[in-house]
Amino acid sequence: MKELSLHLLDIAQNSLAAGARHVALGVEEADGEITLTVADDGRGMSPELLARVTDPFTTTRTTRKVGMGLPLLRLAAEQTGGTLAVESREGVGTTVTAVFHAGHIDCPPLGDLAATVALLAQGLSGETELTYMHKGPQGAFTFDTAQVRAILGPEVPLSLPEVAQWMEGYVAEGEAGLRPEAPPERGTRLDTVREGTT
Amino acid sequence: MKSLEELRAIRERMQRQIDLREQSDEDIRVVVGMATCGIAAGARPVLSAFLEEVSKRGLQHVAVTQTGCIGVCRLEPIAEVYVPGEEKVTYVKLTPEKVPRIVAEHLVNHSPVVEYTIGAAE
Repeated sequence: MKELSLHLLDIAQNSLAAGARHVALGVEEADGEITLTVADDGRGMSPELLARVTDPFTTTRTTRKVGMGLPLLRLAAEQTGGTLAVESREGVGTTVTAVFHAGHIDCPPLGDLAATVALLAQGLSGETELTYMHKGPQGAFTFDTAQVRAILGPEVPLSLPEVAQWMEGYVAEGEAGLRPEAPPERGTRLDTVREGTT
Repeated sequence: MKSLEELRAIRERMQRQIDLREQSDEDIRVVVGMATCGIAAGARPVLSAFLEEVSKRGLQHVAVTQTGCIGVCRLEPIAEVYVPGEEKVTYVKLTPEKVPRIVAEHLVNHSPVVEYTIGAAE
């Protein structure tokens, strides 16, 4: 995975497959660390399954015998000196927490979080809600599909392309608000050279 | 700025269109594989491209949906297109750049883009 946002998308798909009614995505940037969290109220895992869940040859699906999502996330986190923790209780839900050392050369970029959130929301069933919170250096941004549904009403689903595009744009603008403003452009390199020579 | 007013306007517009058309099993379905294999290979921008293109063309009878692993990981990103009354078509090794042609030729004109299909790749 080239971006942390792709890990987030992948792990959250597991939550949806586990029958979650609520999935909470979290991204926190603090003290040189990036913490990704995916918490759900899905069916959860037995202690036996939980003990080997980061083994790539462990999966609940029946079509093939490998499950790469959590092993890849663990590898990516540990390559930066970070950690992966998975807590789960059968019938209660699962929480996946991955910590990355942001300054490490192997730490992938956060990437397109807006696309991840919008596409997860677009794929939700009518009974499932998604919340997203990104705490960054400039503050926090939150997004909640329950609020979007409250505006859309029961007849207009989140799966409509127009709605998905609105959600992506909305989250992208919220994300942009968490970044320091880019310094004003000072002209081209050529202008700078000219300034220096005249 | 994306505002909640804009979302309300989408609701008004969509409600009118939903009122005008019958909800039907005759919709075309585009199903994009969004398991680990697909996501790692680039399925996210492919799905976004389908949504953008369907929205841009205002195709009311096309549903874009997501699924898990389709089973041919080495050919991801994969999208399956179901047109009622026609054989399922599986597109493989997709990129966002290939999507507008699939939408125009297959979803609109019912002529699959053979060179992007699994039959051509295998």
